[in-house]
Amino acid sequence: MESPAETTNQNKQKFRIGHILAWIGLLVFLTVLALGLIRSQQGSISVGSQVPDFSLTTPDGKQLNLADQRGKIVVLNFWASWCKPCEQEAADLEAAWKFYETRGDVVFWGINYVDVEPEAIKYLKKYSISYPNAPDLGTRVSQIFRTRGVPETYFIDRQGKLVYAQIGPFSSIEQIKGIIEPLLGK
Amino acid sequence: MNLNRNLYKISFLFVVVFSMLHARPILAGEGTPTPSDDAVNAVAKQMYCPVCENIPLDVCGTTACSQWRDLIREKLSQGWSEEQIKTYFVQQYGDRVLATPPVSGGLSLNWLVYVVPILVFLVAVYIFAGVLRSWRSAPGGSAGTPPASSSAPSNPAADEYRARLEDELRRK
Repeated sequence: MESPAETTNQNKQKFRIGHILAWIGLLVFLTVLALGLIRSQQGSISVGSQVPDFSLTTPDGKQLNLADQRGKIVVLNFWASWCKPCEQEAADLEAAWKFYETRGDVVFWGINYVDVEPEAIKYLKKYSISYPNAPDLGTRVSQIFRTRGVPETYFIDRQGKLVYAQIGPFSSIEQIKGIIEPLLGK
Repeated sequence: MNLNRNLYKISFLFVVVFSMLHARPILAGEGTPTPSDDAVNAVAKQMYCPVCENIPLDVCGTTACSQWRDLIREKLSQGWSEEQIKTYFVQQYGDRVLATPPVSGGLSLNWLVYVVPILVFLVAVYIFAGVLRSWRSAPGGSAGTPPASSSAPSNPAADEYRARLEDELRRK
């Protein structure tokens, strides 16, 4: 038979262990929460940093791998058929692509963001876009760049580093050329 | 003249019957009728478009959301189930389109939504049980509780005081 003093001591000990466990639980929970918040607050890939490899699949099944484009300048344009400012720059982007296409060392990719395929196809036909376009399945690529909307265009140099980010539409083909030209000599 | 008239009638009848016979398979091939707005919204209200955050798809007025609702209508008319449509949208646009986050979310914290309430409940039960135990084991059974007024008098002085108090109250 345990004495009341022993029982009280045991209860106190249990209470202390419970306290410690509760604090550890709270600490773990707050750590996980903090890590999640840090991750969600991280900004887009900063200019000068290496762009992680990703791949896209065009509606006709062609694979586009960023890793295969090393040594080339890559222009990534995020767009959507429901986006009015995208329409504003569509013709300039196509004209710029036509201007550089024959060189072979400048690649244009259109990334269709949160769109439905029939509307996207209509849009591509309407603006006679001839460079490769692919849907951003699962919004994985836009999450890499942490895009905040469309249109957004990212320029990647021959080493695979992000050199320029255009948030919003281009105002002219000269603006696009003005970003690409300095990269050609490098 | 009469013969021509009859020939005309027969050929007209032939054309009508022929076209009716050919129309039947076309009507049958049209599949399920166009789903109603309610049917589309029943699926849409379980989703959110990433472009218009915090607005459920069924009430969102943007072009993007309207396109998505049309897509749901198209899939429903093709006989797709609600789950198939949701899976398709997750594949296309990521799991953040779902109003109810999936348990498995890779590095995401979705699972916390399901785990935290259970944990909080278990911790609360543990604390409550601990407090109950400490009340029971406390000497006199009164640790942290007010003295029970209906219990048998254990302190004669207190009892005398109580009798006086009640007497005073009666007089007033």
